[in-house]
Amino acid sequence: MDIVVCVKRVPLTQEVDLEIDPQKKEVRKDMLAYSINEWDNYAIEEAVLLKEKFGGDVTAVTVGVEDDEEVLRRCLAMGADRAIRVEPGDLSLDPFVISRILAEVIKGVKHDLVLTGVQADDVNDGAVGTMLAEHLGLNHAAVVTRVEPEGNEATIHIELEGGTDEVSKIKFPALLSIQTGINEPRYVSIMGIRKAAKKELKVVKVEELGLSEDDLTPWVSVDEVFLPPETEGAEIIEGDPGTVAEEILRIIKEKGVST
Amino acid sequence: MDFTLSKEQIDIQKAAREFALGEFSEKAQEFDRNETFDPQIWKKACDLGFVGVFIDEAYGGAGLGLLEHCLITEEFWAVDAGMGNAVLTTTFGAELLGLFGTEEQKKKYLPPLVEGKAVIGTAITEPDAGSDVTCAVTSAEKDDDEYVINGSKMFITNGTRANYLNVFCLTDPDNPDRHKRHSFFIVETDRPGFEATKIHGKLGIRANDTAEISFSNVRIPASNLIGQEGNGFKELMNFFNMTRLHICAQAVGIARAALEESIAHIKKRHQFGAPLASFQVNQFKVAEMATMIRAARNLYYEAAWLTDNGKMDHALTAMAKWFSGQIAVKCADEALQMHGGYGYIDEYKVQRIYRDAKIVEIYEGTKEIEKLIVARSLLRG
Ligand SMILES: Cc1cc2nc3c(=O)[nH]c(=O)nc-3n(C[C@H](O)[C@H](O)[C@H](O)COP(=O)(O)OP(=O)(O)OC[C@H]3O[C@@H](n4cnc5c(N)ncnc54)[C@H](O)[C@@H]3O)c2cc1C
Repeated sequence: MDIVVCVKRVPLTQEVDLEIDPQKKEVRKDMLAYSINEWDNYAIEEAVLLKEKFGGDVTAVTVGVEDDEEVLRRCLAMGADRAIRVEPGDLSLDPFVISRILAEVIKGVKHDLVLTGVQADDVNDGAVGTMLAEHLGLNHAAVVTRVEPEGNEATIHIELEGGTDEVSKIKFPALLSIQTGINEPRYVSIMGIRKAAKKELKVVKVEELGLSEDDLTPWVSVDEVFLPPETEGAEIIEGDPGTVAEEILRIIKEKGVST
Repeated sequence: MDFTLSKEQIDIQKAAREFALGEFSEKAQEFDRNETFDPQIWKKACDLGFVGVFIDEAYGGAGLGLLEHCLITEEFWAVDAGMGNAVLTTTFGAELLGLFGTEEQKKKYLPPLVEGKAVIGTAITEPDAGSDVTCAVTSAEKDDDEYVINGSKMFITNGTRANYLNVFCLTDPDNPDRHKRHSFFIVETDRPGFEATKIHGKLGIRANDTAEISFSNVRIPASNLIGQEGNGFKELMNFFNMTRLHICAQAVGIARAALEESIAHIKKRHQFGAPLASFQVNQFKVAEMATMIRAARNLYYEAAWLTDNGKMDHALTAMAKWFSGQIAVKCADEALQMHGGYGYIDEYKVQRIYRDAKIVEIYEGTKEIEKLIVARSLLRG
């Protein structure tokens, strides 16, 4: 089974005070540390697990600058066979453009399955997977928590709202966007890192893909990025649990939520 | 001049940090309190190739440099010193075999260290021989094709865990040159007459075993001699020139942890209506800590790089060892100070950092001994 996994390098934003850039179009990223998008870490692990069980090749793809190769090297170290980075130059990227670029690259790679993360932990659009499936004309499912291939199809579990699971079958070739928790991503090993150095990491310039201007024109443009204003109304209730509970009940009644 | 690490080195660093965060964070406090460790974590680290990266490929290692070993050490110590040591000191002694061991010794004793099947240690210190190792009186006497070892050793890392130990023994007590009286032997710890007793109540690195050991007529084959008889002191100095680099990395790792804890705390904690981080006194502290850490790291990077490239500079290594040790202790102290009373309680990681840091100024050459080495290189001739 040949698998393509789309991965992205994202800034780590927990426990940092985010700053908006002077143009108010973006969060300032120069001081942030980066890592592989959490969802993609599960996706690459799933691909490597499937490869270990059923054979085939795993290709990791990213659209990004040279520093982003770090996540490709990570995928190679975890067990992917080759990696492709598409250099976007100064192109503005939105889910449409990214998925268009990825589709063009993936067309040239043999695949039974394409895996993406459900979303990327930067802007959290959660749109690339589904758009990519449409561009490639693939069967697709989103928020997948289990994959069990059998012949030319797979039984998959999909996480629905409120903790419900849906079990369905999907025919290959297919695209699945992978949810965290589907597996336990392995640690990167020193042996893996050393093997990765010998694997192919191809760089493709976006111009070489022959995409049209329409393909490379974003559908989404950002007008302004701002921090939500601090609002009034937050109240910290202190005291022992009994007092706190009584106070909460009083407020709920007062606001008319309950009688 | 290029100060950047290679991509491979950066990947190694990241992998080590991720492993330590994943495996150490939750257990560190418990292991510190109870003076215990879970050897499965060491085995896991071996499976992932973190242990003994500097060991030659011919003996199962990755054949990387001491610098890579240092990068891993720094990351492990930045998460937890005791557990970092419990994992990485398991090869403490492999360097000596790498330098002076016979082909058979290397083939026999090195691969199991990498595979997570054996632990090695190195026993030099004795109750009456600390900084002055030439006072060591544990004796090895030749008896046909065997040596018989008698004596005791103090503060031996992994003493109760090790499968074999490099033991520094007196072999030629009457030699007029006190630097030619000793020899190293590799001693399997399952030999009759060997005994190890765990030392309890250490100030820090409590997840890592330290023991008192004794040899009572322990017989080993003559082929267990490492290097040449009478050459032990020289071999020891060569060994320390390699292993002291790891201590620098330990020191920088723990200093970094001290800084990380400090920054997190002073941004969060408010007094006098403002975060502690807004007071210039604390700003200066973190600025100084970051600078000292950078300086210490650059010192040990250079020392390790020179060593890996066959240009070892023992005075530079000694400078790196005392300086990094000193800044580790200093950073730990400042970090605790910025935590106030909370830092005094073991719920807070900074308390452990404060206790753990001190060891880097003591083992493998106290800071005073390191300064003596530096001074000697300056005043010689
Ligand atoms: C946790 C731990 C693990 C250890 N692991 C090992 C191990 O695996 N193997 C091993 O062999 N040993 C080990 N040691 C021992 C360690 O290396 C020694 O403790 C260290 O070398 C100092 O020796 P000492 O304790 O006898 O102190 P001493 O030599 O008695 O020194 C006491 C003080 O006097 C100073 N001093 C001594 N001589 C001079 C001088 N000439 N000029 C100026 N100052 C001087 C020292 O710097 C120190 O401050 C370990 C120790 C500890 C605490």
